Amino acid sequence: MKEIQNKLLTKSKATREDHFGRAICYLCIGLIIALVVCILYFITSRGIATFTQNHVNIWGFLAGTNWNPGSVDAHGNPEVGALPMIVTSFSVTVLAAAVATPFALAMAIFMSEIAGKKGTKFLQPVIELLVGIPSVVYGFIGLSVIVPLIRKIFGGTGFGILAGTIVLFVMVLPTITSLSVDSLRAVPLSYRQASAALGANRWQTIYKVILRTAAPGILTAVIFGMARAFGEALAVQMVIGNAVLMPKSLVSPASTLTSKLTTDVGNTVMGTLPNNVLWSLALILLFMSLFFNLLVRFIGKKGSIKK
Amino acid sequence: MNPKRINNIATAVIYGLVGIVVLILLFLIGYILFNGVPDISWKFLTTPAQAFSAGGGIRDQLFNSLYLLVLTLLISFPIALGSGIYLAEYAPDNWFTNLIRTTIEVLSSLPSVVVGLFGYLFLVIQLHLSFSILSGAIALTFFNLPLLTRSIEESLNSVSDLQKQAGMSLGLSDWRTITRIILPVGLPGILTGVILSAGRVFGEAAALIYTAGQSAPIVNYANWNIFDPSSFLNPMRPAETLAVHIWKVNTESVTPDAHLISSASSAVLIIVILIFNLSARFIGNWLYKKMTATR
Repeated sequence: MKEIQNKLLTKSKATREDHFGRAICYLCIGLIIALVVCILYFITSRGIATFTQNHVNIWGFLAGTNWNPGSVDAHGNPEVGALPMIVTSFSVTVLAAAVATPFALAMAIFMSEIAGKKGTKFLQPVIELLVGIPSVVYGFIGLSVIVPLIRKIFGGTGFGILAGTIVLFVMVLPTITSLSVDSLRAVPLSYRQASAALGANRWQTIYKVILRTAAPGILTAVIFGMARAFGEALAVQMVIGNAVLMPKSLVSPASTLTSKLTTDVGNTVMGTLPNNVLWSLALILLFMSLFFNLLVRFIGKKGSIKK
Repeated sequence: MNPKRINNIATAVIYGLVGIVVLILLFLIGYILFNGVPDISWKFLTTPAQAFSAGGGIRDQLFNSLYLLVLTLLISFPIALGSGIYLAEYAPDNWFTNLIRTTIEVLSSLPSVVVGLFGYLFLVIQLHLSFSILSGAIALTFFNLPLLTRSIEESLNSVSDLQKQAGMSLGLSDWRTITRIILPVGLPGILTGVILSAGRVFGEAAALIYTAGQSAPIVNYANWNIFDPSSFLNPMRPAETLAVHIWKVNTESVTPDAHLISSASSAVLIIVILIFNLSARFIGNWLYKKMTATR
């Protein structure tokens, strides 16, 4: 009797395994969440130290144009104007996305509307290869091909926003393309049939129906591309010239947030002002990345295709 | 202009743009391989790097890259697998799951330099791991986790519900159904995801500069004692990887043959990544055919 009772009341091996497995999975997902919280906390707490410990004016940081954290200006405030880097970062990002979008759209339309299976089979590996090339290799090619070319055509050093834009354009192209393809494919077939039944030819259908239906998806793709361009560090660092100056032209040396971070973190002492402002730059990067994310969510909610 | 002509022009423009992109890719691959491959020799792959004179190789950097890759996968795969199973099998459809997905998305969209800096702050400084392979592997795990988790979740989700129902109807527990039925069916997809992520990890540099360090001390390849500082297996030594090496010789170093070293190293990097990509496709297909009745 006791034995049967025991058997009924204790958990079986399978149940114990079940609970154990479930616990492990919960632990794993908990770890990832803890990690993200940790990243946000650490970068934020370091990033605001410039303003809380060193009492730097936040406006002076965002809008100042003199970057020289080691010294002070006439009023005794440290020269930590990050505007040149912010402007450069935004210009390379926007320019790269602007150049890449037509190419990416053409690729996407070609793959989903024109080429059929064979063309897709040919272009899919092209995109995968472009994604697969590491950023340092892009930087190296930029340094040894693009920069000399710009030097030859425009004079100067060749380093600058233009070189950064060209390198980033190739790097964000696959991101924008593959996401645009997804959104073009998500347009229901019935839309194409309806358009064809009205007598529209292929381009009319693409332009008037498909692109408009897929517009939110394409916008999302472009934003993801911009997020990638904004956060890219080494490839840009190698071709941008690394001079913290307000960019005067597309071919004068400049410096982005990421390039400043990669070159300077190792040369400053933890806890000092020159180091703290670097973390503030990282904080800007973090905020922008969160902002791009929010934007994508917002568009996704507004513009999902209703079937 | 009549619509027909516009249609033709638009089509031609699209063909032109696609052609340009294909040409860019051909140029990139061609440039790297034509410039780099002639300089790759057995000697280049097996001699240590030189800081101030020409003729250095990439022995240590290549080994460091591979070692770091293995360690990263060892750390990140179990965590990603657990999270992937959670998201695909356990997660209820509610706000909390939504929050988790957003969190993972945020992590995957963080710039790798920010992830690297966090690694520097947390691992190198707070946990006193110093510039080491271990710090690098953990930082790369941060960078690798969201993508790997998502690809595992997707391949588990693509397993047909019928398989799960069959397991349930046989009286198997949830966990057994997952480990004995769903995981084997999803394995080809998971493996493809792992190999593709390996390619990404292999080429990553920004997250490593301040975690695995930028120096490659001479190590002894005959010393198998993992705790010995001179051993090649010691995870606590600083380790410059191949990608970081390319960056470094191009920006900071004074090596006279920097161009040669970086073009040859780039070629090695690209070839390894091409192998990863091709094998991901091949092994995935092969395993799928082998494990299912597909012909």
